[in-house]
Amino acid sequence: MSDMNQAMVEKYRSNFLKEVEANVEEGTWVKMCMQCGVCSGSCPLGPHWEHPPQELFMMIRAGKREEVLSSSSMWMCTSCYNCIARCPRGLPITHIMHGLASYAKRLGLAPNRQPTKEFGQIFWDSIAKNGRVNELKIGVGLYFMNGFSQGIKNALAGRELGMAMMKSKRMNPMEYFGGHKCKDLSGIAKMLKKAEEFEAEHITKFGE
Amino acid sequence: MADMKIGAYICQGCGIGERLDTAQLASVAKREGKAAEAREHAFLCSAEGVKMIQDDIAAGVTHVVIAACSRRAKTEAFSFEGVAISRANLREGVIWVRPDTPEAAETTQEMADDYVRMACAEAKHMKIPSASGEQGLVRTILVVGGGISGMTAALEAAKTGYKVELVEKTGALGGVAAQMFKKYPDKAPYNVLADNTTGAMIDAVNANGNITVHLNTTVAKTEGAPGRFAVTLATESGASKEVTVGAIIQATGFTPYDITRLPELGGGKSPDVMDQLAFEQMVKANNGAIKKSDGSDAKNVVFVQCAGQRSDAEGHLPYCSGHCCMTSIKQARYVKEAGGDATVIFDDLRTPGADGEDVYRGGQEAGVTFSKGKVSAIEAAGKGLKVNYTDKILAEDTTIDADIVVLATGMVPASGPNPYLTQEIEAADKAGDTALAEKLKAEQASAPASILNLQYRQGTDVPHLKSGFTDSHFICFPYETRRTGIYTAGPVRRPMDAHQAMEDATGAALKAIQACENAALGRAAHPRSGDLSFPSFRKEGCTQCKRCTVECPFGAINEDEKGFPQYNESRCRRCGTCMGACPVRVISFENYSVETIGQQLKAVDMPDEFSEKPRLLVLACENDAYPALDMAGMTKQEYSAFARIIPVRCLGSVNTIWITDALNSGYDGVILLGCQKGDNYQCHFVKGSEMAHYRMSKIDDTLTQLNLEKERVQTYEVSIADIQRIPQIINDMEKLIGEIGMSPFKF
Ligand code: SF4
Ligand code: SF4
Ligand code: SF4
Ligand code: SF4
Repeated sequence: MSDMNQAMVEKYRSNFLKEVEANVEEGTWVKMCMQCGVCSGSCPLGPHWEHPPQELFMMIRAGKREEVLSSSSMWMCTSCYNCIARCPRGLPITHIMHGLASYAKRLGLAPNRQPTKEFGQIFWDSIAKNGRVNELKIGVGLYFMNGFSQGIKNALAGRELGMAMMKSKRMNPMEYFGGHKCKDLSGIAKMLKKAEEFEAEHITKFGE
Repeated sequence: MADMKIGAYICQGCGIGERLDTAQLASVAKREGKAAEAREHAFLCSAEGVKMIQDDIAAGVTHVVIAACSRRAKTEAFSFEGVAISRANLREGVIWVRPDTPEAAETTQEMADDYVRMACAEAKHMKIPSASGEQGLVRTILVVGGGISGMTAALEAAKTGYKVELVEKTGALGGVAAQMFKKYPDKAPYNVLADNTTGAMIDAVNANGNITVHLNTTVAKTEGAPGRFAVTLATESGASKEVTVGAIIQATGFTPYDITRLPELGGGKSPDVMDQLAFEQMVKANNGAIKKSDGSDAKNVVFVQCAGQRSDAEGHLPYCSGHCCMTSIKQARYVKEAGGDATVIFDDLRTPGADGEDVYRGGQEAGVTFSKGKVSAIEAAGKGLKVNYTDKILAEDTTIDADIVVLATGMVPASGPNPYLTQEIEAADKAGDTALAEKLKAEQASAPASILNLQYRQGTDVPHLKSGFTDSHFICFPYETRRTGIYTAGPVRRPMDAHQAMEDATGAALKAIQACENAALGRAAHPRSGDLSFPSFRKEGCTQCKRCTVECPFGAINEDEKGFPQYNESRCRRCGTCMGACPVRVISFENYSVETIGQQLKAVDMPDEFSEKPRLLVLACENDAYPALDMAGMTKQEYSAFARIIPVRCLGSVNTIWITDALNSGYDGVILLGCQKGDNYQCHFVKGSEMAHYRMSKIDDTLTQLNLEKERVQTYEVSIADIQRIPQIINDMEKLIGEIGMSPFKF
């Protein structure tokens, strides 16, 4: 258990709803859910999730901290906004979904190797390092997320697409070795640092 | 009315003139209908047409036959003072329901000819009704019950200048509403709690010069009829007082469902499991602090919705009490305001109305936790309580700890005893159904004391609907009871909250005022409002069978010392159910009698057996079936040219002699169309349709005696929306006659 998680558990002992209200973006809305189920019914992916949004909100109120934070459900949200458009209570469901995901990640409770989570991290690492997205590296990173042999299998499966992209000059194998970067790398680094400061401030505000 | 003179007026407007031979209609009226005058007019409802009729009236016409549109159309134009009026429905009833083709022309004309004959025959047997002469104007209303409903009714009536006698059996006004700590508001913003204003209302009642308050008082006896009720009030000390009132409002409210009947939910087992009223009283006593029975502060309060309600279990309330969800939300907010935690466990959270939704939202904003689930048990656990429930969203069994549990147990109407119990017990005994008789006897033994002590042949109190709520025609005449001039308001009528009760009481007060004013003029209450006719009976012919007395849905008929029926004309709603009931046909109205209908159906021209022109008699209730038939005409639904339709006040007024007469005179089929009967009745006279169905179930004997197929007489429940179904019923009957053959009784 991460230190931060430990601290939160102590702070909000047996009141997960309050914890969510304080630490999750738009979390104050969770209590307004009236369990009509319109969001779950509207979500194109809902049926495939372990817990559709309405159920997650109920679980929060029922104090199911571990189950909620380690759920993969909120990671499945595609931000289609169907739920927000339809919720009769006006809950910003999509934002709460993302808020829950990011809070879970911050606490280190998000599920391991969750593809959306991994993709986000690789994407971030790439852009933070070079100021640009290196598509090849992201692709390779994702393919090999579950180990070397699985990566080879994934690569073989995607072989035709890769060849076609190379032929049409959409992908350059040389990019793997470094790849091109943006011009003002240090400027990017500075900008991101500032953004991190803002975020940290924001989080502590939440957590207070 | 020494000389009867019939004037028949045939309209040619609205296409009638183009489709029908009106000259022939006029001659039918003269030759067969014995009309002294018969005139055609191009546009009868025009000023000119109306004047023509008026001139004839001035010249001595006493009975007017209008052959034009439906009796439901142009009622303003065709209302003439001092004459009897009958109408032949040539527009909605003939040309609009028949195809405009050369082949159909002959039968369409025959239809019209018959309707003119029928209208003349009806007119001939009608008299002009006038009030009974028993009227008097008493502008005083008795209100029984001093809670929020009763006080509202009193204040509203007093505002109009009426005097009110307000009777309250306890020593104080205010009822349940006065025991509230706070209320949810009656105007925006709804998401906050408001102060209880019942105290101000009590002051307003006490200060109102038109209202006389009688505390510690009950009604010992109620005699008379609308416009002249004589009521004896009795005080606890034994003193009594008589008041005369024009109308009565019963606003006796409710009692909470007995919590000890819910032992599985801890009812009666722990003092910290209580109903909503007890919780309210506790919070009020502590001025907002939430305390357990041992005096310590309660931190966690769990509200359990639908405790013993909306449940089919034996002894539970099958209905929703309508206010408990809102009340629990309100009470949960007391807990939040006192710094505790409140959880509402509901199955369906019902907060009717836009304001209700705001109340709910207010509860959510305040941080009340709402949990969808079903509570299975409440047990003592250490110093507190444990609530076991199934979480219905997460589909799992779970528990929650509580210091106090509040059960939303719902409302039981505080109505008097079911007035028909004695009658039902007699019937069960007679039918040999001992089990039912025992059950009813037990019910009678535990029945509450009478509230109104009516000196009516049909029992002491207002009849009940389901679950003991007082009867009312929910759609057409809310507030109405089956005792004319007596209205009920508030939770004794149906479960409701304080706001709804106030609205309800206002409605009842206006109805009561209407009853006083109508009674003073000798007029009927709705749906025949304005009707001056009332039943009269020929004593010499009466066999004292008591059918009229028993079957009158409104308890209008008492018995005199000799056992003869004694009519109370202002209790009567003019449905004619008594007329339909009387086996010796001695009951009648000036403008509606066994004769007026009997002569109409006999006036129809009866083609012989081999003509292939059957005749179908349709007796249609004027409240739903007849308007539906008119609408069928408006929307051009065709139906058989062989049908002859006669509107009746209520199917209850159908005397079986009409059916026998119709069969004897050669009708091939008879259709009765009335409103829905039974528990969810739509009959405007409550029991009329039911009585008709019952009577018609016995008509089979007659048919057998006549050697006729029993399908020839059919009774239907229809609604005003059945504008396609009713024509279909008629057409099906025509088809059926084609299959089973014409009646042999033609001559
Ligand atoms: S649509 Fe809104 S109110 Fe309904 S269940 Fe979803 S979040 Fe709750
Ligand atoms: S925005 Fe996310 S949670 Fe909402 S409907 Fe779309 S995928 Fe489902
Ligand atoms: S007409 Fe109807 S209300 Fe009047 S006495 Fe007869 S049955 Fe009763
Ligand atoms: S139904 Fe007719 S015969 Fe019987 S008591 Fe009434 S009036 Fe007399």
